[in-house]
Amino acid sequence: MTQNPAYSFPLGTHHRDEVAAKSGRPLRDMTLEFVSLGAAQPDDLAASAETLEVQAQFAREAGYPEVAKNLIRAAEMTRMPNDEILAIYEALRPGRSTYYQLLSLSQQISSMYGAEHTGAYIREAADVYRDTGLLKMDEGL
Amino acid sequence: MTQTGSKRFEKLRQRDINKEVFVSEMPELGLIVMNSPTDPKPSIEVRDGKIVEMDGRPAADFDAIDRFIAAHAINLSEAQAAMEMGSLKIARMMVDINTPQREVMRVFSGLTPAMVAEVMSHLNVVEMMMAMQKMRQRRRPFDQAHVTNWKENPALLAADAAEAGLRGFAEEETTVRVARMAPFSALALLVGSQVGRPGVMTQISCEEALNLRLAMKGLATYAETLSVYGTIPSFLDGDDTPWSKGILASAYASRGIKSRFTSGSGSEALMGYGLGWSMLYLEIRCIMMVKGAGSQGVQNGSISCIALPESLPNGVRGVLAENLVAASLGLEVAAGNDAMSSHSQMRKTAKLMLQMLPGTDFITSGHSVMPRKDNLFGGGNFDAEDMDDWLVIQRDMQVDGGLRPVREDDVLRVREKGARAIQAVFREMGFPAITEAEVAAATTAFCSDDMPDRDSVADLQAADAFLESDKTALDVVKALARSGFEDVAESVLEMQRQRVLGDYLHTSAVFDESFTVASAVNTPNDYTGPGTGYRVEGQIWEDIQALPQALNPRALVADEAADPHLTLSPVGKATEGTGSEVIVALGPAFATAMNETLAGLAHADVLRAILDGIKGEGVAARVVKVWHGADVADIGLSGAKLSGSGIGIGLQSKGTALIHKKGLAPLNNLELLSMAPNLTLESYRALGRNAACYATGRAPSPVPMKIDNMARLRLIVHTTLLHHREVNQIDETRGVEEMKVTFG
Repeated sequence: MTQNPAYSFPLGTHHRDEVAAKSGRPLRDMTLEFVSLGAAQPDDLAASAETLEVQAQFAREAGYPEVAKNLIRAAEMTRMPNDEILAIYEALRPGRSTYYQLLSLSQQISSMYGAEHTGAYIREAADVYRDTGLLKMDEGL
Repeated sequence: MTQTGSKRFEKLRQRDINKEVFVSEMPELGLIVMNSPTDPKPSIEVRDGKIVEMDGRPAADFDAIDRFIAAHAINLSEAQAAMEMGSLKIARMMVDINTPQREVMRVFSGLTPAMVAEVMSHLNVVEMMMAMQKMRQRRRPFDQAHVTNWKENPALLAADAAEAGLRGFAEEETTVRVARMAPFSALALLVGSQVGRPGVMTQISCEEALNLRLAMKGLATYAETLSVYGTIPSFLDGDDTPWSKGILASAYASRGIKSRFTSGSGSEALMGYGLGWSMLYLEIRCIMMVKGAGSQGVQNGSISCIALPESLPNGVRGVLAENLVAASLGLEVAAGNDAMSSHSQMRKTAKLMLQMLPGTDFITSGHSVMPRKDNLFGGGNFDAEDMDDWLVIQRDMQVDGGLRPVREDDVLRVREKGARAIQAVFREMGFPAITEAEVAAATTAFCSDDMPDRDSVADLQAADAFLESDKTALDVVKALARSGFEDVAESVLEMQRQRVLGDYLHTSAVFDESFTVASAVNTPNDYTGPGTGYRVEGQIWEDIQALPQALNPRALVADEAADPHLTLSPVGKATEGTGSEVIVALGPAFATAMNETLAGLAHADVLRAILDGIKGEGVAARVVKVWHGADVADIGLSGAKLSGSGIGIGLQSKGTALIHKKGLAPLNNLELLSMAPNLTLESYRALGRNAACYATGRAPSPVPMKIDNMARLRLIVHTTLLHHREVNQIDETRGVEEMKVTFG
């Protein structure tokens, strides 16, 4: 559904029946009966990368380009498990990582999760941290 | 010893306002709100698609914040033109109704932090309010609630959360005294809020990683704990950088959770790292980082540091400026007004008006629904006891501060349901039981003192286990559905479904009761001057007007009735008298269409007191009724003109009375008892006595009266209604008639 001009905002009003969760299950299946039977899995109630890309497009068109870029990173991060996300956050905190640790994290998530924009964001942080003294001390850079 | 100082100054020193600390500016310590002499001067240089110089600093000297802003928060295709416009021109665009909001946002997208600060320096608070009315991102303003309690009792939390939803809050935030209680507090807030009003969004303020875990479990629907600071040393104290905070914004969005950042004037100075820059310049750096991170919004307005800018000159103006900057950069604004800002009620309210009148996305970043002692955010600025004041201010000014009047029985109903729903969830999920006594106490509680104590060790163990388990909001949905709360289950489930849709990740997004999103994307603020934008009219105005304590004016006064103990029989047209008599001239409704005064005195008793007063001085009295007018001077003078002594008493049916004298101008009477509600029978007796003195050339003495300066305030509507009744009895054809008086 990416870049499809046929979508209009909000999805909940105009496209509720067409949207699927991260698991691929259509949202319309997610009834109280279905959940009560214990059949729903966590990914049945998580956004898919495609949905967040459509939301990014809405943001861009509405004049919020920075929100759009954040939603693109978010779309990439839908593919990452919770622990990976908490690990990225920890790595980006001050003094936690060396320059090369950040670079390799960037490469790793780009290749493992197709997280090109998030990877670039981490690479950019690595350069700034190196230039302004926010890296892990023992690297000496 | 004689008094040397002023007794008035002594009194002033004891006033609430003087419990506060006021200091003069000291820029080197960061104690300056706007325009520090060491604030950078605006400049920008772009080369090969990169900012190589900004606000007087070359790129090589950029700190990490400059780097973040230069990389993410300035639109290079607008920068050159916007910076060349000049700050004064931009300031004027902000208040010009002919310049649409989007045009101002386009210009702002190209500005550097120092330029934004310079634009703000041109605006006074009224201009900032005008600009805010236009720059607010969502069309309709709302408010956010704080919901906590000292005992961290889940039943009370759920009841308060339900009440907050009913009162109209679009968001509810809780926090914890004991961090391990967070899972239960988040749960109680979620369940209670959906009982109050489906679609209310909830969050819990706790440590960042824990916050994210709770949100991932589906127990919170938004987050606003992402604090940013305007200097790197302050950032490091918070153990974060612009990039670590920025990745959290993406992380929340990836789980379908709305987030906003937190910043505000004064935090850097308070942490010792203001670097000599003004609070506003530092805050603008924060706001631009927030924008650069791609967050949809920010809570700012100094937040918990509010007392620091308020200790300085133009502190409250500076705080409004930071709200306005955020809105102008296209961010949702939850505008502060949450932390205690003053000892003085007058000062607190004055500050609030700067956000409430123009409207911000959220007028406060937390308005306590419980009393102050239960507010775990350090005591709220506005709390449960201020609710009616808030509602009356909305009604006074025809302005929407986000709240709606509620009825006590409705509040009790949703509070009980909220407490019962969380009781059921605790039972179904095997958590420590919530007793019937707790439900009953939570329903009617004033504060957590009214709640039974719980076994906190057992609660904490169960909360720990819940956090570590794979149980999520879906288990909560199941528990609610199993125990007969299908409607609440449906709302909690819909909140989870909304994560799949992601509509509420957009700027200024909130849900209505049917979970339709209202954000700046689909309901943008379209204000372009009078007659446009969000206006309080139609059903919204009806709702705001409908205070439960507002009465039907007709119900304020009893039906028309004559006084059964006083008969006035007309005996013909009144004629001029002779000798030292006093004429008592009555208003047209006296004793026939009305029977008591504003002070609740029976007409028979009032007239008898006056006549006793006159006769006690050995002077004769006649009673007339003046049919041609209702004005007390007219009534009195009409009587005086017929009086043998030239002295007359005028008495309106509502009790206002005077002594008049033939030959005086109508409004130049001898004595006036204008405050009818304060008069007693003794007052009227004295009035009669004095009139007799005037008639016989003796010295009168003052009329005794109660002092009650608030009587006019309380009774002005009654006065209007009763006087209207008097006017209705006017019959000009009857003129002035003499009356035979019979008491009985």
